[in-house]
Amino acid sequence: MALRVLAFARLRELLGFGERTLDVGASATLEDVWTSLTASSPEAGRLRASTRFARNGVIVDGTARVVDGDEIALLPPVGGG
Amino acid sequence: MIAIGPEPIELETLIAQVASPEHGAICTFLGTTRETSPGDERPVEALDYEAYVELARADFEAIAAEAAERFGPLRIAIVHRTGRVALGEASVAIAVGAPHRGAAFDACEFAIDTLKARAPIWKRETYRDGGTAWIANTPP
Repeated sequence: MALRVLAFARLRELLGFGERTLDVGASATLEDVWTSLTASSPEAGRLRASTRFARNGVIVDGTARVVDGDEIALLPPVGGG
Repeated sequence: MIAIGPEPIELETLIAQVASPEHGAICTFLGTTRETSPGDERPVEALDYEAYVELARADFEAIAAEAAERFGPLRIAIVHRTGRVALGEASVAIAVGAPHRGAAFDACEFAIDTLKARAPIWKRETYRDGGTAWIANTPP
């Protein structure tokens, strides 16, 4: 399955992409996606507790499963205003 | 009126969007960029804002709808800058038109507090010494 993954702010800098595609196995969850993406960046991996996920524009938790074509976003703590 | 983008904010445009002959009050809020962050004495040279634009737009629409549910019939405009914002410029603006000032004040405060708490927008400070930091909002 191919996902489109967006990373923002500090996570974008640490992971080295703002947008990329990612291939994952069937029935993968968002936690699996996170683990895969942060495998090569322990510094990013340590930010899991403060990171929220969005799937196709809706905030979901890490147990949510992904399906082919999903847009996944990794959201650090917000700072707008 | 909802807008997220790099253009400088013109408050008059927001006011025109929420004006109505049925309204007796327009309340506006401008958030401007500051030279220092709480707890950090390094002077800031520049600020950059980044947004998940699609989700932030949907969130601003939801904030406008929630404000109308809580405070009655009103018109609301919410605009946020992205990209570099010079010190002292407005990074966010809200205008609320309502029949009476109480609802206008309340809805304006609700909108900026809610935006700061949850809208998917991020701020990076660049300091005069060259360092940078992403600054998360703290609860009001």
